[in-house]
Amino acid sequence: MSIATQDDRVSSDQPDEPMLTYVPARAWGTRAAAVLLSLAVVYFLVSIGGNPNFGWPVVGQYLFDARILSGLSLTVWLTLVTMAIGVVLGTIFAVMAMSGNTVIATVANTYIWFFRGTPVLVQLIFWYNLGALFPEFSIGIPFTSWGVSVPTNTLISPITAAVLGLGLNEGAYMSEIIRSGLLAVDPGQRQAATSLGMTARKALWRIVLPQAMPVIIPPTGNQTIGMLKTSSLVSVISLSDLLYSAQTIYSRTFQTIPLLIVACLWYLLATTILSWLQSRIERHFARSRNAST
Amino acid sequence: MPDPMIVFDRVSKNFGDLSVLRDISLTVSAGEVISLIGPSGSGKSTLLRCVNHLERIESGSITVDGELIGYRRVGNLAHELPEKLIARQRARIAMVFQNFNLFGHRTALENVMEAPVHVLGIPRREAEEQAIQLLTRVGLSDKLHNYPRMLSGGQQQRVAIARALAMKPKVILFDEPTSALDPELVGEVLDVMRDLASDGMTMMVVTHEMSFAREVCHRIAFMEGGRIVECGKPAEVLDSPAFERTRAFLSRVQ
Repeated sequence: MSIATQDDRVSSDQPDEPMLTYVPARAWGTRAAAVLLSLAVVYFLVSIGGNPNFGWPVVGQYLFDARILSGLSLTVWLTLVTMAIGVVLGTIFAVMAMSGNTVIATVANTYIWFFRGTPVLVQLIFWYNLGALFPEFSIGIPFTSWGVSVPTNTLISPITAAVLGLGLNEGAYMSEIIRSGLLAVDPGQRQAATSLGMTARKALWRIVLPQAMPVIIPPTGNQTIGMLKTSSLVSVISLSDLLYSAQTIYSRTFQTIPLLIVACLWYLLATTILSWLQSRIERHFARSRNAST
Repeated sequence: MPDPMIVFDRVSKNFGDLSVLRDISLTVSAGEVISLIGPSGSGKSTLLRCVNHLERIESGSITVDGELIGYRRVGNLAHELPEKLIARQRARIAMVFQNFNLFGHRTALENVMEAPVHVLGIPRREAEEQAIQLLTRVGLSDKLHNYPRMLSGGQQQRVAIARALAMKPKVILFDEPTSALDPELVGEVLDVMRDLASDGMTMMVVTHEMSFAREVCHRIAFMEGGRIVECGKPAEVLDSPAFERTRAFLSRVQ
């Protein structure tokens, strides 16, 4: 009661006090920086676009060249295939690395240690030259005479060497990404699944992995975009990917810069599409977090 | 005399040198509600987790509805069952956790449907119908399509109970079901449990809710140091405990 009367008195005591109008602070420094930046960007674009040394007409001439496009398709194909292999191997090795069995965990950790610890360039050359180490590739039952064998060089074409080299290397990186995702899921989830009668495998597929996805996807997108460019290393085993195709052309025409620009434009386009895909997938797996009532 | 549902026979378990369960013998009848009380570290939760073989026991045996849990007896040897058979036993022994452990990527409805469809192999439509019924029973018919993070703790725990019921379990094990809840949300979960008890569900409840233990449970077992110190009707254990240790514990919690 006493508080109410006090309030009444306060408001009635100052009836003519005008209401305040609030004016937000103006960030003059930020605005000035934005103007300066815009000017710098315009100057930069003009100086590149107007510079005849960049050879923009040559860029246009080769942008849709058949050799460039076939190189692009090989690059995209290699990226998708090796990432698919990387994700599958990564999942297998992540689960193995978390196994309670020392032998299984050690094998997985050794794989990760070796393939992350050696340059992927060396791994590619190694796979390409596998025939020098094992001239014959045979399938059979060990210590018996039953089996089939073929010369390794007929099996390992440059393309299989590339897929093996990049895929196995990627598997090592992916297994660390997937392992961190699996560790991020509350152990209570696995327990609840187990107590409902799920086997460990079913709990992994239906309960743990789907919830690990929000953690796994951003770095996997990163790896995919990285692979788009790492795959250009296959030129050492004479595969004509996007970059190598551009190099083949400029080694004869000496239009180095324009052709590199052609390659970069395609890399940028592919990266843009992959980033867009990534954000779509992220949104799909985040729906349980973002959904509103 | 009702049939025995859960029988602990001289059960012992160690974590390394620490013995967490010592020579526990206890019979829970079908339709009985028994609560386990006692200080933390007394082995209550461990005992509960042994019932569905989430923890292994070192000696003794546990049977549920006459079936030896986790092992197959051959003469005097008990061979641990393969994972698939243990999973089949667990499917009929439901568990409700302190932290709910609802599947975060599934809606309330999907949480309740998940195991019936993917463990028991019940057709989706049938499982969905059953799930809607169960969620209605726990008072959540308006939250079917909510994800767990959009639900309060009390609502999450009620979904977890519906998820447990969907497996048509022989027993439900409750591991401190209200300990993670805000005080004003405890009541709604206990109401659901009370309803189950009056329905004749066999329940083992690890709890600190003495009033729930008194009102709803048929018996209370007081545990300390891995042993059941005393076990009897709520009025006996809570009002005139036979042992000084029980009295000391009760004076601290009540």
